Amino acid sequence: MTKKKDTIAAIVLLAAAFALVALLDKVLPATGIIMTVLKKGCIYSLVAVSMNLLNGFTGLFSLGQAGFMLIGGYTYAILTIPPADRASVYQYFDGGIIQFAIPFWAGLIAAGLVAAFLAWLIGLPVLRLKSDYLAIATLGFAEIMRAIFQWDKLGPLTNGSNMLRKYPSFSTLMFPFAVAVICIAVIVLLINSSFGRAFKAIRDDEVAAEAMGINLAHHKRMSFCISSFFAGVGGALLAMYQTTIQAQAFKSNMTYEILLIVVIGGLGSVTGSVLATFLFYAASEWWLRFLDSPLMIGSFQVPLLRSGFRKVVFSVVIMLIVLFARQGIMGDHEFSLSGLMKLFGRKGKEASANE
Amino acid sequence: MSDKNINVASTGNTVGKVTSAGGPGFGNKRSEGLSGKILLKVSDLKVSYGGIEAVRGISFDVPEGEIVTLIGANGAGKSSTLRSIVGLEKPASGSITFNGMELTSMGTEQIVKNGITLVPEGRRVFVNLSVYENLRMGAYLRNDDLAKDLDWVYSLFPRLKERHWQAAGTLSGGEQQMLAIARALMSRPQMIMMDEPSLGLAPIIVQEVFDIIREINHQGMTILLVEQNANMALKAADKGYVMETGRITLSGTGKDLAENQEVKEAYLGKSRK
Repeated sequence: MTKKKDTIAAIVLLAAAFALVALLDKVLPATGIIMTVLKKGCIYSLVAVSMNLLNGFTGLFSLGQAGFMLIGGYTYAILTIPPADRASVYQYFDGGIIQFAIPFWAGLIAAGLVAAFLAWLIGLPVLRLKSDYLAIATLGFAEIMRAIFQWDKLGPLTNGSNMLRKYPSFSTLMFPFAVAVICIAVIVLLINSSFGRAFKAIRDDEVAAEAMGINLAHHKRMSFCISSFFAGVGGALLAMYQTTIQAQAFKSNMTYEILLIVVIGGLGSVTGSVLATFLFYAASEWWLRFLDSPLMIGSFQVPLLRSGFRKVVFSVVIMLIVLFARQGIMGDHEFSLSGLMKLFGRKGKEASANE
Repeated sequence: MSDKNINVASTGNTVGKVTSAGGPGFGNKRSEGLSGKILLKVSDLKVSYGGIEAVRGISFDVPEGEIVTLIGANGAGKSSTLRSIVGLEKPASGSITFNGMELTSMGTEQIVKNGITLVPEGRRVFVNLSVYENLRMGAYLRNDDLAKDLDWVYSLFPRLKERHWQAAGTLSGGEQQMLAIARALMSRPQMIMMDEPSLGLAPIIVQEVFDIIREINHQGMTILLVEQNANMALKAADKGYVMETGRITLSGTGKDLAENQEVKEAYLGKSRK
């Protein structure tokens, strides 16, 4: 019964959010700082949740997210640039080899599919690795992707190390919000299905899961593909938001940032990831901005405030959060194991209740 | 320990001094009576890990409706035997037939579908999933209605019903063991295999676990039980096999084995006097 109430509450909240987003689109300047935070928040929420599906719900420690975003972003850009603009975009490669364009929505889906396909390809060998080794392999994969997309010989397709531009993009907040909501809703439905329960079972105990007849290789691979699909869609959204895309930008830094968001939000909590994403970008793009500009109080110049100081403070804040959160969990652990489980249980329930 | 007592055939087949009584329906008081049909037949099974032979050619039968136990010390190969029956380990050679089907070429998924389920050693419940979700996982390969089976396992384990929505990790050790058994029952198996269900439990809980084992057996379930707690296992079992370093060295009815001098000394902690 409470579940039903929760579902209704979630639908009402979601409707309210849609109304708010529509209002914000009318009221706020499209390129203002709040809009930047909200748009980035939507895009990275999706990527963070997709990473959480793999790392938090299936227990596979993968660091390939930036790679799959790159694949998604490039797939979208390559397939949607209007033929009329290709000559100017691919100026060093005679207009490139692709001379057609698909609609933006098909581009978004293609972005996910291509990312999922590559995940499927590398899934078989890579997913045999455990923990750290899986992380190293996926991180390596992402770096290789970055190199391949900048490779000269692939220029007619990827434009080499030059940026791609002039593909369809968005200016409203509604677009990334709607796409993120739809994708995250699909992920939540998946997590709460019996298939998703199998992911969690694998995370909790591989041996027992296998003994229940769960095909480990198949389920891990599916989780990897699904996670990569949504990372690919997220990458396409990011490409749209930036209006230009360059492989060089998809560094491992990007993955670490997303991992940080997932950890701060809570491994295995969808709402945690979403909340953490917005907080993260609000802090890095907005609340801590003032640290970058010198401030005069009367004739006294506040020390340390100068360009770049924001990143120092931000790092310290993150360290404090991670340390603080860890301490909390460790304290629980010392006290009793059941407390930790309760904490996890509550988070899980919040995730399913709020979505 | 016991060369003078036993004939170990070169194939590793079991010919124990105590053997016998066997045959259909021995010493059985179960209401429906036993069919005497051999449900599981293991012949000359060998399992090795990277060149080390954990199981060195064992053969035994599990008749339908009975409790059969494998006892033995750590490293005797009991767990490896169970793991290879359910397909978690590929046997090096030998055959395992269940209901006449050869299992050695099947994957775990198929074997579970065919009616064998394993309660793994050390409980291994899904700690972050609720009791209910754990039970659902047990029935993962089934697509039919679970309501009846849920009612059934909750009637066997009323305490689990009280903890329906609680995360399995918050249960006590005994409750987790009950959950592990209940979870296995949810696949509606023909035969359930239990790997050390008494491991790490207080004596009174062990008693409860064995009461449950008897109860589900009484309801017609075939059980293959691996135990270090030889005393409890032999008391409950219709038939027992003693494993030592990958071989079966003794076999017989549970009662006979419990009274056997070798077994008493080695596994029951009673000295010869």
